[in-house]
Amino acid sequence: MFDWISDNRALIALIVIIALAVSFVFSIFVGVKQTRLRAKDEVFGDPERTKGGWYWALCGVSALLLIWFYYSWGTARAVFPTAANELCQVAKVKEAMSPITAALPVESRYLKSTTLVVRNAAQVDKLAVSMPTQVFSAREQAKITLAVAQIKDLLAMLSNPQLSDPGAASALLAVEMDLQNIAARLKSDYAELQPQEEALEQPKWGTSEVEIPILPITSRGVLIDSVTPDMQEIAKAFLKVRNISPQAKELIAETKAILADLKTPDPLMQLNEAGEGARNAYVKAVDRIFKRLDDGTIFPATSMDGVQKAVDEVFVSLTDAKGSLGIVESLFFPGDGVVKSRTQCTEQGSGRWLPKPTDVIATFSTLANPDLESGGGYKGTTLLWWKWLPIADVIAFLIPDGLVDMLPGSYGTHGDSGEFKPNYKDRLLAVAQGDVNLGSVPMLDGHIWDSLFRVLVAMGFGILVGVPLGIYMGVSRFFKSFFDPMIELYRPVPPLAWAPLILTIFGIQDDGKIFLLFMVAFAIMVISARTGASGTQLSKIRASHSLGATNGQILRHVILPNAMPEILTGVRIAIGVCWGTLVAAEMLAGTTGIGFIENVARTVSDYELIWVTILIMGLLGLFFDLVMRWAIAKIIPWRGKG
Amino acid sequence: MSDLYCKDLCMTFADPMSGSKVEALKDIQFNLKEGEILTVLGPSGCGKTTLLNMIAGFITPTSGTLSLGGVDIQAPGAERGMVFQQGALFEWLTVARNVDFGLRMKGMSEEESKELVNFWLDTVGLQGFGETPTYQLSGGMQQRVALARCLVNDPDLILMDEPLGALDALTREKMQSLILELWKKTGKTIIVITHSVEEALLLGERLFVMAPRPGRIHREYNLPFAEMGLKRSLREIKQEKEFSTIREEILTMIWDMEEEIMGGV
Repeated sequence: MFDWISDNRALIALIVIIALAVSFVFSIFVGVKQTRLRAKDEVFGDPERTKGGWYWALCGVSALLLIWFYYSWGTARAVFPTAANELCQVAKVKEAMSPITAALPVESRYLKSTTLVVRNAAQVDKLAVSMPTQVFSAREQAKITLAVAQIKDLLAMLSNPQLSDPGAASALLAVEMDLQNIAARLKSDYAELQPQEEALEQPKWGTSEVEIPILPITSRGVLIDSVTPDMQEIAKAFLKVRNISPQAKELIAETKAILADLKTPDPLMQLNEAGEGARNAYVKAVDRIFKRLDDGTIFPATSMDGVQKAVDEVFVSLTDAKGSLGIVESLFFPGDGVVKSRTQCTEQGSGRWLPKPTDVIATFSTLANPDLESGGGYKGTTLLWWKWLPIADVIAFLIPDGLVDMLPGSYGTHGDSGEFKPNYKDRLLAVAQGDVNLGSVPMLDGHIWDSLFRVLVAMGFGILVGVPLGIYMGVSRFFKSFFDPMIELYRPVPPLAWAPLILTIFGIQDDGKIFLLFMVAFAIMVISARTGASGTQLSKIRASHSLGATNGQILRHVILPNAMPEILTGVRIAIGVCWGTLVAAEMLAGTTGIGFIENVARTVSDYELIWVTILIMGLLGLFFDLVMRWAIAKIIPWRGKG
Repeated sequence: MSDLYCKDLCMTFADPMSGSKVEALKDIQFNLKEGEILTVLGPSGCGKTTLLNMIAGFITPTSGTLSLGGVDIQAPGAERGMVFQQGALFEWLTVARNVDFGLRMKGMSEEESKELVNFWLDTVGLQGFGETPTYQLSGGMQQRVALARCLVNDPDLILMDEPLGALDALTREKMQSLILELWKKTGKTIIVITHSVEEALLLGERLFVMAPRPGRIHREYNLPFAEMGLKRSLREIKQEKEFSTIREEILTMIWDMEEEIMGGV
């Protein structure tokens, strides 16, 4: 079942896209109708105008999902499942041709030869005027000047059509003819061509690690693919073409000899170490430029005209062969299109970093699969599942070992015969360290739970400590003034600025993160509880005094409930901030948690996984907020009605 | 006998920053016998509320004696119930839980107080509203809850700080009758502070008109209208010749005081 869904994701996406398009149009239709109906009842600015409006919500969600489908190439894959494979064949031809196009102003502005001539001439000129004369003897200086002049001569010679190698010209002509031949072959009829069995057995676009099937699966693709091996041969031949005429050869040999001669310093100069270093560096720099020119890859500008024309013809033929595919590409493949690199064809641009909705769901279901053996979960931990948790571990977590140390008596020692009999302190230590068997309880487990657990524990401590302190700060001058400076000094520091310090002190596991989040939650809870407590109406306090309530009763029965709305708002804010801080803290360090998954996904550029984690975080944040909104409505229905 | 004694009562507020002193009340002296109902009138700033807060025990007088039933007033206590202008109800509790608040604070359980609560809810005309959240009640009903909450505690003295100030005219008249009714029924000593001259005349057996700078009792009246109000409709009483004469007299008195304040500024 799962495999069937996975293999047919393009079809499923198509159905979803159609449904989305229908709901988009439908919601606009309803929305316009409703707007007309209501326009007369409410003036502009009336808050009533913002109520309801599910149809615009539907419209917005449909639009968002459609945009997502479009820019992730999800629409392209759903409507034209074979287009990427055909584009891959085109990309293969282009990749095979790339050694030729790289020499031409196709993807760059200048001929490669032009760039080489201009850049090397400029560097030679720069070297000529910056010669360190103090480290060269007069004879050596003359030699360098000669070598530089010869390099410039060589540049001129290579650029001159009259002085260039006739062999090179005929080789370029052969390349031109071969390219024209390919252009002609691309124009032939492909209707009869059949894809190979092997090609048809490839996994479909996007259903495996190999994104786009590389072998042609359509007759058009077969035609385009058929020229690729020949194109590779042509490119190989093109790369072998060298422009070294007999005169150039002579000049190169001369210059080489001069530079070789310069390698050993003049014994008369008696250079120190620094001087020798400067001298060698200069000679090496001249030699480096020379070596770039002596392989004959610079051609006269006009010699490339024929090849350029032939390449243009190939491009025209490719465009013709693509036909309607070209329109599909420009309409449904936003970004940089399909590119062949090394062994596979990949999606470039938004198709690469924005995964298709269906692929995100597929990645999510793999991640959510609790069966680790069959490849579920991530890095040996499930996303959200349960496990048996030894009770002893819980007790060990709650009882610090130091508590046992403080008990009277001392730990046992080994007896005369070498045996060890544990005394009561040893046994208690075993309990405190979790070395006992007390059975197990089922416990939630997984990356999401680990993240949740950290937030919930930190929030629990934050509320337990923060609310009472905040309430006392709201009613007592001493508490307010004594604690205010401390809290106000640490609170404005962004939690992540604390992270390196806290994680160093408490460790990168749960302790450090929980403490970091506790700091966040504590400050927010103190401030909200304090605001709530100090906002109690004086008349309510006085009324309760007159009804005979004691100070403690007033705190418990009047000030606490009165502060409840503020406290719950504080909890809502604190959970949000904690969640944000946690994910960032998990990215800094740790081995589990949602932030950890995203961090690993980032290092391996797994965009689907990155998006899945982003979605999980968003959904969990939304879930927290909904729970809090529900809790606020349940716990304090009187809010704002006092 | 839990009479209220008030002797040479002075209250001076000192501004902690500038050190300047304001005499809010000076040499207030009066006795209130058990079962009497007193209304206090006066322009704003004459110290009415300060006097009430001192009797309630929220603030301590600078000098003078203040005692209820022979016991000095040091702090707020359940024997002096208080009703505020806005009810000061606990909006997170239901009507019944508001009413039995004082009893619960004394350690009585909801079950034990149930009968009392129902009795007082019936008395103030709120039968069947026990489980309603207070924020769903109208202003008049909220004030009834506040009265019941105060009465259920069985205080010796009830202090009302402009209890009907925030109500509309019709509700106000109904509530005035209710206060008189409760006074008759319970025989409690009641002090009512009000801005309305008519209300002061209708509710007060005794009436103090206070004057500002320093706050003092300017004039005292003994009035028959509260007694009348128990038998006749309040609107009828307002038609009485005597009623309108005193009303005009007091209005002129307060008018002059206000003029003086304005002139002084």
